[in-house]
Amino acid sequence: MIAVLLAQMIAITGGTVYPVSGPKIANATVLIRDGKIAAVGTNVSVPTDATRIDAAGKWVTPGLIDGGGQMGLVEIGAVAGTRDGSLATDSVAASFSVAEGLNPASVLIPVTRIEGITTALAAPVGHLISGQAVLIDLDGATIEQMLVKSPVGLVVNLSEAAKDEAGGSRAGVSARLRRLLRDALEYERRKVDFSRGQMQPLSAAAPDLEALLPVLHGRLPLIADAERRSDIETALRLAKEFQLKLILAGAAEGWEIAGEIAAAGVPVLVQPLDNIPSYDSLGVRYENAALLVKAGVKVVLLETDTHNSRNLRQQAGNAVAYGMSWDQALRAVTLSPSEVFGVADRYGSLEPGKVANVVVWSSDPFEFTTGVEHVLIRGKEIPLKSRQTELFERYKKLPPTY
Amino acid sequence: MRNPEYLLVALAIGCASAGARRTETANPATPAPPARAPVSQAAAESASVDRAQYPSTYRRHPNPPVLIRNATVMTATGQEIRNGSIVLRDGRIVAVGEKADAPAGAVVVDGTGKYVTPGLIDDHSHLGVYAAPGTDAESDGNEATNPVTAEVWAEHSFWPQDPQIPLAIAGGITTIQALPGSANLIGGRSAILKLIPARTVQEMKFPGARYGLKMACGENPKRVYGRRGGPSTRMGNMAGYRTAFSQAEAYRRKWDSWNKDKKGDPPERNLRLESLAEVLRGNIYVQNHCYRADEMAQMVDLAHEFGFKIRSFHHAVEAYKIADLLAKEGTSVSVWADWWGFKEEAMDGIQQNAALNQQAGGRPLLHSDSPSGIQRLNQEAAKAMYAGQRAGIPITRDQALRWITVNPAWTLGLDSIVGTLEPGKMADVVVWSGDPFSVYSKAVQVYNDGWLVYDRNDAAHQPRTDFQLGQVPAPGSDR
Repeated sequence: MIAVLLAQMIAITGGTVYPVSGPKIANATVLIRDGKIAAVGTNVSVPTDATRIDAAGKWVTPGLIDGGGQMGLVEIGAVAGTRDGSLATDSVAASFSVAEGLNPASVLIPVTRIEGITTALAAPVGHLISGQAVLIDLDGATIEQMLVKSPVGLVVNLSEAAKDEAGGSRAGVSARLRRLLRDALEYERRKVDFSRGQMQPLSAAAPDLEALLPVLHGRLPLIADAERRSDIETALRLAKEFQLKLILAGAAEGWEIAGEIAAAGVPVLVQPLDNIPSYDSLGVRYENAALLVKAGVKVVLLETDTHNSRNLRQQAGNAVAYGMSWDQALRAVTLSPSEVFGVADRYGSLEPGKVANVVVWSSDPFEFTTGVEHVLIRGKEIPLKSRQTELFERYKKLPPTY
Repeated sequence: MRNPEYLLVALAIGCASAGARRTETANPATPAPPARAPVSQAAAESASVDRAQYPSTYRRHPNPPVLIRNATVMTATGQEIRNGSIVLRDGRIVAVGEKADAPAGAVVVDGTGKYVTPGLIDDHSHLGVYAAPGTDAESDGNEATNPVTAEVWAEHSFWPQDPQIPLAIAGGITTIQALPGSANLIGGRSAILKLIPARTVQEMKFPGARYGLKMACGENPKRVYGRRGGPSTRMGNMAGYRTAFSQAEAYRRKWDSWNKDKKGDPPERNLRLESLAEVLRGNIYVQNHCYRADEMAQMVDLAHEFGFKIRSFHHAVEAYKIADLLAKEGTSVSVWADWWGFKEEAMDGIQQNAALNQQAGGRPLLHSDSPSGIQRLNQEAAKAMYAGQRAGIPITRDQALRWITVNPAWTLGLDSIVGTLEPGKMADVVVWSGDPFSVYSKAVQVYNDGWLVYDRNDAAHQPRTDFQLGQVPAPGSDR
C-alpha cells in the first residue's frame, strides 16, 4: 500500500498555471509526486505511468487558503452542542487550543473543498484571550491528518466586544492584557516560587501564563482582533512594548493608518465585504484591503462565515473590484496566508517541493461563472461530492426516490 | 475578524417578515399612462376604516429626460440588446431599443461598455428597522411581546437615516420590502418603499403598494416563546396561526355585516384582527418566513383552510424539495444563493435551489435579509444562475435577472409598474460598469423614478445620511 502511494504521480497538463511565486505560465504542466509538487513549467517530461489531468483551456492555481472562520469547529451555528470554538468558562483561555475540538467528519469540509478552498484557519472566538488557532487541510480522517500547523497564533480580542471582559472600558482591556503579559514574564522568572505558593497570585492560571511565553518570545504570533483605529493603534503599541509578533485581524479602520501598520511590518487579515458601520468601526469600507496593500501591508483575505468559506473567491473578486490588483488578490488567498501563518515553506504556491494542494478551474477563479474542475489536496484528487451534491441528486427530479 | 456569531444573532432576530402596504394615492407627480395597470386601488387599507391611514407622501423628484445609449440593455423581458438605448422621461421609461432619439433637454449618458438593467428589488430587507450601527436603540424589528402582533407596522419602526440605505442604493436597489423580524408567528405589516434619501418613511412609501404580512414558521417563534407561554413546538406554531385566523374570520364577518348598511355603532376596531381580516380579503399579501419543505406544505394547507394565498415563502431553503407543489400553488420562492447551516432548519440548503424552482415552473427570486447581501443581489443571482447551469439546468441570463427584478416585483404586487425595462414602466434603472453577473462590475448610476439617486463618479450624487455626517469618514478623507 505504501509503495503504491509513493509511486503515485499526477500530471496536470496544458493549463495556464498561476504559481503565485512567479508569473503565470501558459500551456504548462504541474507534476505531482508523492503528494508534493515535483515540477512546474513548460518543459516538464511526464512519466508514462503518471495519471494525467487534461487542463487545456483551464486555469491552475494553488488551493485557496481561508484565514478566517472556524472550519471543523462548528457544524450548525445555532446548535451549541456542535460548536467547539469557544471556551465559555474562561476569559483568558491562552492555553486553550482548538485542535482537539476539530471534527474531521464535518459536512462543511467537503462543501468547502469542492469549491477550491483546500486549507483553512480554525480559530477560537470570544472573550479576552480566545485561545490558539490552528491551520488545517480540508482532508483527512483524523485530526492529526488534517493539521498543517498547530498552533499558528494566539487569538486576542481588542475590539469593543472585549470590554465586557475588562470592566467595561477599552483602557481596561489593554491594562488587563499588559498585566497578563507582565505576569507571564514574572511567572517564567519565578516558576519555583509560583509552584510553592511563595508569591502574590498572578492574573491567570499557570497553564495560561505558560501559553503566553511563546508569544512573548516571538515564537508564536498574536492574532489581535481590532476594528477601531484607536484599538489598532493599541495593538501596535502593545506589540512594540512587548516585542510581539503581531497579526491584525478585522482591522476595519486599518486603511486610516495603513502607513503605520506597514511601517510596523504587521500583516492584516481582512474580510473585504465589510462596510456596515458600527460604533466599533464607523470607518469600515470595501476599499480597506486595497488601501492596506497599496501602503505596503501584507494582506490576507478572509471569508469569516464558516459555512460559506467557499465564498472566499467572491471576497477576493470584490477586493479586486474595489482596488486590489488581481495578482495581489490571488496572493492574498494563497501565498500571503502561508507566509503569515508560517507555512510558506510548504504551502501557498506551485513550486517544486511544496505540498500539492492544487485546483483546476474552468476560468478565472474569482468569477461566478467559473467552476472547479479538479481539486487535489496533498496530491490526492478529491471527489467533487458533498452532502449538498447528494441532496441535489436526490431532488433534481421530483418526486424523489428515497 | 468579525464575530461569526454576528451572523447567527442577526439571523435569529432578522429573518422573518411581514406586512405590505395598501394601495393609496397614485404618484401625484407622475400621471399614470395607460400602459401601466393601476395597482389594485380597490385594496382598501381596511374595511373597518374609510379614511386614508398613514398615506404615502412620495413625490417624484423633478429631473431632465435621460438618454443612455450604446449600452447592453438587459430588459428582464427576454431581451439583451447590444448597443441599445433607453430613454427616461418624467419618471417613465419611454423608449427601449437599438436606437432612440434624445428628447429635448435630455442628459445623454454614454453607455459604451456598460450594461443597463431594471432597478433591483429586494423583497426581504430589514433596513431601517434593524438599522446600523446596530445598537439596542435601533433594534426595532421584532415586537417580541406576543407571538401574534399583526397590529404592528414596520413603517412605524423604519428610520430613514439608517446609514445602510445609501449602501444599498449604491448596489442598485430601487425598491425594498422592509419587514418585521421572525420572532413572532405573525410579526406585523411590511413597508414597501422606494429606496431614496428622505426625511420620513412616508416620503418613501411606494404609492399604491399593498402591505405584506410577515409570518414565520419553525425554530424562531418556538425558541422565543418556548419558555414564555408558548408556542414551544411546531404544532403549537400551527395552532397559533389557526387561532388567530379563526378570530379574524369572525372579525371580518362582523365588519362586513356592518358595512352593508352601516346601521348603529360600528364594531370596535381591533388592529390585530384588522390586518388579518385584510389578508382574508386578499388585500394584504402573506410573506412567510419558512425554511423546511414539510412546514411550507403545512402552511399551504393553512392558507387553504382560511381561503388566502401565501404570496411568497421567504428563505425557503428546502423549496427545491417541493418545487412542484409551490409552482402549482403560484407562491413565489424568495431564497438566498447559498446560505445554509446557521441553524438546523437551514441545514439542507443547496446552491441549485433557485434553479430547481425555475425548472419546476415556479417563481424563484433572490432576497437578501441582510444589509450586506442587499448591496450585491446581482452577485447572488449570478452564483445561483451558475450553480444551476453547472448542474445541467439551463438557466438563462434573463431568468437570473428576473430573480432580482420582476419576480420580487410580482411578490410585492408591483410587476406591472416596476421590474422590467419596458415603455410605460417606472424609470427605475441601473447602469453597471460591466456585465452585472461579473464579480468585477459595480453599479455606476442608479435612477429611481427617473431621479439619479446615485452616481459612482459624481460625489454630488452620493447621498449620505445624517448619521454619517462628521462621524463616518467620507471616501478619500483622512478624518
